Amino acid sequence: MRRAGAVALNTFREAVRDRVLYNLVFFALLMMLAAILVGGISIGIEDLVIKSLGLSAISVIGLLIAVFIGVGLVYKEMDKRTLYALLAKPVRRWEFLLGKFGGLVLTLAVNTMAMAAGLFAALLYVKHHLERTDAVLLIAIYFILLKLTLVVALALLFSCYSTPLLAILYTSALYIAGLFVEEMRTFHSTAANPLLEALLRGLSYLLPNFENFNVMAAAAHGREIPGALVLQNTVYAALYSVIVLLVAAAVFSRRNLK
Amino acid sequence: MPGHAIEIENLTKDYPFGFLHLRKKRSLDGLTMQVESGEVFGFLGPNGAGKSTTIKLLVGLIFPEAGTARILGKPITDIAMHGDIGYLPEQPYFYDYLTAAEVLDYFARFHDLTAADRHERVARMLRKVGLETARKIQLRKYSKGMLQRVGLAQAILHDPKVVILDEPMSGLDPIGRREVRDIILELKREGRTVLFSTHILSDAEMLCDRVGVIVGGKLRGIGAPGEIVGMKAQGMEILFELRESGSSARAVLAKAIETGDRYRLQVSEQELYGVLEQLRAVGAKILSVAQIKASLEEYFMNLIEADRAQAAAVEVSGK
Repeated sequence: MRRAGAVALNTFREAVRDRVLYNLVFFALLMMLAAILVGGISIGIEDLVIKSLGLSAISVIGLLIAVFIGVGLVYKEMDKRTLYALLAKPVRRWEFLLGKFGGLVLTLAVNTMAMAAGLFAALLYVKHHLERTDAVLLIAIYFILLKLTLVVALALLFSCYSTPLLAILYTSALYIAGLFVEEMRTFHSTAANPLLEALLRGLSYLLPNFENFNVMAAAAHGREIPGALVLQNTVYAALYSVIVLLVAAAVFSRRNLK
Repeated sequence: MPGHAIEIENLTKDYPFGFLHLRKKRSLDGLTMQVESGEVFGFLGPNGAGKSTTIKLLVGLIFPEAGTARILGKPITDIAMHGDIGYLPEQPYFYDYLTAAEVLDYFARFHDLTAADRHERVARMLRKVGLETARKIQLRKYSKGMLQRVGLAQAILHDPKVVILDEPMSGLDPIGRREVRDIILELKREGRTVLFSTHILSDAEMLCDRVGVIVGGKLRGIGAPGEIVGMKAQGMEILFELRESGSSARAVLAKAIETGDRYRLQVSEQELYGVLEQLRAVGAKILSVAQIKASLEEYFMNLIEADRAQAAAVEVSGK
C-alpha cells in the first residue's frame, strides 16, 4: 500500500502541475455570475437556482476530469514510456493501478470539496444565511463523488488496453447507458420479444447504475435523503469499483509493454 | 550466493502483428546464456536483433512465450528480484513536470529507504551524474543527455547488485559517453554485475569482460571482446615505404594502396611470408604488419548475410 500511495501522490501532483485544478476558477466565476444575476431574474427561488446550477456544474466538471484524465492514466505512462523505469522497481502492477486510481480520486475529491465550498459561499451570498436543509447538498455532493469514483475505475480499465479516444467512447457509452438501467429493467417490448426483454434486464444488472447517484433535484429542493440510500450507494460504488479494478489488474498484469 | 548473476534458459518471445494481431514474428529465439557475478557483460547486436526484448523480459516489462530466467537465483517473476536490480530503459523519458530531485525521490520511495536515507541518496546520485546544479529544473527543460543521466541515477540509486542498461551511450556526446563509461567501471569496481546493450563495438571493447552477440533473435557468439572480433580476422595488412619503385616492384605495388609516402597491402595469412620476402627483395621498409579484424558492422553484415543465405536455402529446399 505504501507503493500505491507513492503513485497516488505523484498522480495528484501531476494533476496539480498540469493545471487540472484551474477548472475551479471557471466554477468560481460561474457561481459569482449566478449569484449576481439570480436575484434579478428569479423571485423566491434564488437558492433553488443556485443549488441546481452548482450541483450540475460540480457533476459535469467532475465527469469531464474523471473521463478525460482517467482514460490517459495508464495509456499516457505506456505511450511516453515513463512506466518502464517504474515497473522495474519492486512495485506490482496492481499497486501501480491502485495508485493511479487513488491519485485521480484524490484529485477529484479535493476539486469537488473546493467547488462545494464555492457553492455554499454563493448560497450564503444570496440568502445571507444557511438552513439545516442545505446540509442535504453535502449528501448530493458525496453521491457525485461516488459516481466519479466509479467513472474513474471504468476509465482506468479502458486505459489499460485501449487508446484514449476509444476509452473516452467506451467510458461515455457506459456512463450514458448507466443512466437508464431502471428503464431497461422495466422495459416491456411492444413487439413482445421475451429474448430482448431478458437481455436488457440482464444487461441492466451488469451495467453500472448511475441513476441511483442522482439526487440533485431532491437536494436542491431540500428534501430529505434516506440513510439507507447513502449506505446502499456507498457499498454499491465501493463493490463495483473493486470489481472493475480487479478486471483492470487482470488485464494489465499480462500486458506486454512495447 | 549463486555463481551466475543472470541465467537465461531458452527464452523465446513472439510479437503479434497484422490487422487482428493474428500473425506472429519471433523476436527472440531460444536464448540461453549466463552473466557471471561481478562482470561487465556487453550485449551486442544490430538494431532489431533482440537486445531490448531480452532486457525487457528480464525486468518484467514483457512476458516470454517460452523459457525462464533468473537474476541472483530468483525467478524474474519474483517481485523481490526487482529490489536487487537497477534498470535504465533505452532513450529514457520521465515525468516532465518533476524536477530531477523529485523524480529520484519518487523512485526511491519504492525501495525500503527512510526519508533521511532517500534525501542523502538523491543528493549523492545527482552529484555522481553531474546534475547537482540542475536539480530544481523540471525535466521538460532537460536535454537528451541530461535525461540519460537522470535515468542512470535512478537505476543505481538503491545500490542494486545487478545493473541492466539498455543502450546507455545512445544519443550522448563524447563527454557524456565518457562519463557513462566511468560510471560503469565504477560499478564494476564496487563488485556489481553490469549488463548493457550496445551496437558500438568500441564501448564493448573498452568496458566488457565478456560480450554476447545476438542477430535475428539468436545468440551467435559469446566470449571476451577480443575473441568475438578475432573470430572474423580477414587477413593481414602490411604497411611499408618504398623509395624507388623499379620494374621488379611493380607486381607487388599493383595490389597496394598508396597513402602519402606509404603503401598499404592486404594479403591472406598464407601469402604473408612470401609477400614480405618480395618486399624485402625490392628494398621496401616494413613499418608494420597487423591482423585485419572485421569491424562490428562487417561482423554483423556477415552474420546477416549468412542468415539470409540460410533462409533462402530453406525456401529453395521447401519448394
